[in-house]
Amino acid sequence: MSLLVIRELSVDFPLPEGTVYALSGVSLELGEEERLALIGETGSGKSVLAGAILRLLPAQARVRGEIWYRGTNLLALSPEEMRRFRGSEIALVMQNPASALNPVLTGGYQVREAVLRRGRLAKRLAQGKVAELLARVGLPERAASSYPHQLSGGMQQRLLLSLGLALAPRLLIADEPTKGLDWSLRSQIVQLLQDITAGQRAFILITHDLAAARYLAERVAVLYAGQVVEYGLAEDLFSLPRHPYTRGLFASHPARGLKPIPGMAPVLTSLSRGCRFQPRCGQARPVCAREDPPFVEISEGYFVRCHRCFR
Amino acid sequence: MFTYLLRRICLLVFVLWGVSVLTFTLMYLLPGERARLVAIYRWGYDDLSAKELATLRREIGEDLPFPQQYAWWLGRVARGDLGYSFVTGRPVAAEILARVPATLELAVAAFFFAALTAVPLGIACARRPGSWWDNLLMTGSLIGVAMPNFWLGLLLILIFSLTLDLLPVAGSGGLAHLVLPAFTLGAGMAAVSTRLVRASLLEVLAQDYITMARTKGLGEGEVLWRHALRNALIPVFTVLGLQLNHLVGGTVIVENVFGRAGVGQLMVEAIASRDLPLLQGVVLFLAFCFAGVNLLVDISYTFLDPRIRYGGAKGNE
Repeated sequence: MSLLVIRELSVDFPLPEGTVYALSGVSLELGEEERLALIGETGSGKSVLAGAILRLLPAQARVRGEIWYRGTNLLALSPEEMRRFRGSEIALVMQNPASALNPVLTGGYQVREAVLRRGRLAKRLAQGKVAELLARVGLPERAASSYPHQLSGGMQQRLLLSLGLALAPRLLIADEPTKGLDWSLRSQIVQLLQDITAGQRAFILITHDLAAARYLAERVAVLYAGQVVEYGLAEDLFSLPRHPYTRGLFASHPARGLKPIPGMAPVLTSLSRGCRFQPRCGQARPVCAREDPPFVEISEGYFVRCHRCFR
Repeated sequence: MFTYLLRRICLLVFVLWGVSVLTFTLMYLLPGERARLVAIYRWGYDDLSAKELATLRREIGEDLPFPQQYAWWLGRVARGDLGYSFVTGRPVAAEILARVPATLELAVAAFFFAALTAVPLGIACARRPGSWWDNLLMTGSLIGVAMPNFWLGLLLILIFSLTLDLLPVAGSGGLAHLVLPAFTLGAGMAAVSTRLVRASLLEVLAQDYITMARTKGLGEGEVLWRHALRNALIPVFTVLGLQLNHLVGGTVIVENVFGRAGVGQLMVEAIASRDLPLLQGVVLFLAFCFAGVNLLVDISYTFLDPRIRYGGAKGNE
């Protein structure tokens, strides 16, 4: 049985300047201990998806569809019931550790607070648990008594990860954990993510970092303009990407020639009929501008949203 | 932390010295001979002979050149001697100290009234921006900010003392005498602070670390009390500190409206009777209060914000 099933999830934000359609009809599945990478450019809806799973989107967000977590539809829960799932079942490690950590509380306090969510512990026990968590993410003991501004960027990221692990969640979501880190730190964090997820828990990695995605995830979903355009096993997707956007994304990677995709991602307030990538697609046909491409399973467990790929 | 304190205290001494130069210069530049003023209060007349005038001038130090006069005066001030009042002949320091309790009582009562209404009301507004109570309180606070306190004081006397006969009109005394002046003095501060608590809390509640606290599964109460409020109160503290200075200034007006025998009233009396040593002493004392309050506010920051307490020291990976 799947741990997480997302069905036809749509999120839009009615704003004074017009409604932003951040996610449209996203369907994904995640098995127990399966690791999924969500890749796509900025504004494709990756972080909105994470926010929707934890129900932490701004109040004005309109969310439709279903998010089933171990047989419970998270979208149907009361706020209080939802709160119980956060941290203990599903944990989110937000992006930008510098702003995601509270500047006036020590690292140890912020970890301990998460630990104590499951009920009161003797002070000694809680302290031991905090030390254990810090060691797990490779932080020195003094990080417990340090304030966030006294820690380096890499240490802040580790601290944030230890918060996510505090209650040993079944599902960990990390939003761009390698963003803004230099090369050697980045590999350290990727290794750490491998250590804390492999064979232990389900993991959703939101990233621009294709190498990290390939290393850490068994399955990959490519998001474009609020839609999943390609979804399948990582080895298949990386060796033979089918969707023109995915191909363009890979070709734009510095290691593969730094070829940019022509044009701009669409503005999500005014979406026209047809394939959302069609205006930028070198292989577009007349049908692409006329009809929305369906999300089709082209081989077992491999989905693509493109007219070209199955006709 | 210690060096921070030391630096602040050195700065405080420097500021007070500047104030002393300023007040002494201003008093020196006032027209009229001080010796004649003294003579009027001492003997009732000022048509002194040249010899009497010279003696009196020497006695009060008016014959010395300005720098020496200043040095002479500063030396006495440093020993805690602010001179003698022209009017009563009593030491200025004793005159001021006798009035401090009434002023302190008023300022403290007004401050606590302001802080204890502003924080809960500001929180209530920030939790439901746009609700009916938010709109009501924001309109009310706008009126509160705009209302001059001498006018509010008179209005309150008219309603609560003269019409309803609930509270005494004026004078110092028990708690009943404190209610109206404290409310008058604190109202403006409460209004400004309510708006500030609201704005500051709204800004903090939109920060990433608040969302992060929610991802840990904390309840709204915990998020508010542990994560949001401490951050939100840092700018509130700054402004409350600045407001406290207004408060010291406000006591001058409110004490006169309500006829409270405090330092503010003493100052007005000193001006009216051209009692220069007393006026000088009061101004210096008020300046000392201003600077002291600012120091206390800055120290209290360090308890709220570790980024100040520990400077900008960054750890290394």
